[in-house]
Amino acid sequence: MKTWAKILCIALLVYTIVGGFLLEVPRLNIVNESIRALYFHVPMWFGMIALFTVSLFYSILYLNKPTFKRDTYSVEFIHAGIVLNLLGLTTGMIWANYTWGSPWHGDPKQNGAAIALLIYLAYFVLRGSIENEDQKARLSAVYNIFAYAAMIPLLFIIPRMTSSMHPGNGGNPGFNTYDLDSRMRLVFYPAVIGWTLLGVWIATLRVRVRFISEKLLNLEHE
Amino acid sequence: MISTLILKEFTLELRKKNVISGLALYLFSTVFICYLSFSLKQNQITPLVWSALFWVTILFSVINTVAKSFIGEKKGREIYYYSIASPAAILISKMLYNFLLITILAFTGWLLFSIFLNNPLADLALFAVTLLLAALGFSTSLTLLSALAAKANHSNILMAVLSFPVVISVLLIAIKITKNCIDGLDRSVSYPDLLTLLAINCIVAAASYLLFPYIWRS
Repeated sequence: MKTWAKILCIALLVYTIVGGFLLEVPRLNIVNESIRALYFHVPMWFGMIALFTVSLFYSILYLNKPTFKRDTYSVEFIHAGIVLNLLGLTTGMIWANYTWGSPWHGDPKQNGAAIALLIYLAYFVLRGSIENEDQKARLSAVYNIFAYAAMIPLLFIIPRMTSSMHPGNGGNPGFNTYDLDSRMRLVFYPAVIGWTLLGVWIATLRVRVRFISEKLLNLEHE
Repeated sequence: MISTLILKEFTLELRKKNVISGLALYLFSTVFICYLSFSLKQNQITPLVWSALFWVTILFSVINTVAKSFIGEKKGREIYYYSIASPAAILISKMLYNFLLITILAFTGWLLFSIFLNNPLADLALFAVTLLLAALGFSTSLTLLSALAAKANHSNILMAVLSFPVVISVLLIAIKITKNCIDGLDRSVSYPDLLTLLAINCIVAAASYLLFPYIWRS
């Protein structure tokens, strides 16, 4: 990742944390101050989808022309995406504990996030059970693309078809419905960019570690 | 080409009767276990419990049925098929064959459920359509995964792990429509869900069609 992107990432996250805790937010019943979770919980899902999409992109590239680099990118972006998924689930569960009364409510979005987690954990089980490196990379790329195609209806369509308890769904108040929303957008959009950049940063670091260990392995063989 | 391949699947299936009778027995045993577990409290099977039991039974039988479509093939024979037919023809023939098999399985399951546990459905025709669409969804998504799992070690465990997350979207919508069938709601309520189910089937079928050539090459 370029240096300016790293600086931008840190600056945006510092702004998110300072602005997210100190700036004015609309007063709502039940939600109250916990509305600030919007700056930390929702960007996780934006970041996760972005990382999984990048991974999908590299999987398609891999099937087009197999190289070690493309496979590594695809794997490590999924690793980083899973981290954001877990963080999103955790922050959501903490928030739900105070707002809905218990951490797990079987909300369609919650279930969708858990299923996305299952899909990508299954991806690693698949990789673990194939020994041939080329075959491992190709079959896991196929599963990545297939699972992503099956995940879209799950994460984007089903929650909109059923009622959800999430703010902004099923008549619940969300930040869009308030005249104060522009103040929240001021922090929310930078937060989305910042957290996504952080995910990309982690993924690229892991990719570099993989490249170096591969290089060391080749040197040992020589 | 596709019709010849489907015919070949049927011939092989009828020649090895133990596999198909094994599947039938699997389904029967599962339904019977459901029946025995509730035998003392028949009246406790509320319609929603019925629908949950039904779909779980169908899901497990279907995964076992489809898993054998590629995992059961002998290594050498597979290479022979690929030398005489295009990958698309093989995939489509397997999908159609699995679709027929799953449909038979699902309707047999429904019959068994009606005999042993009751039949709480108010709208039979709509439920039959749902079963058909769900069978299509299962066959399109699981056929590719079976081909994937067949290439790896411990195929049978892998098959289950890979397929659960992928078929859940089909299953959730099917359960939702089943609930509408049980309540006997007006059909227009279920049309959007049926359309979504069909759309998911199309996405998954298209993805399988595009991706299958990359699997068989390995």
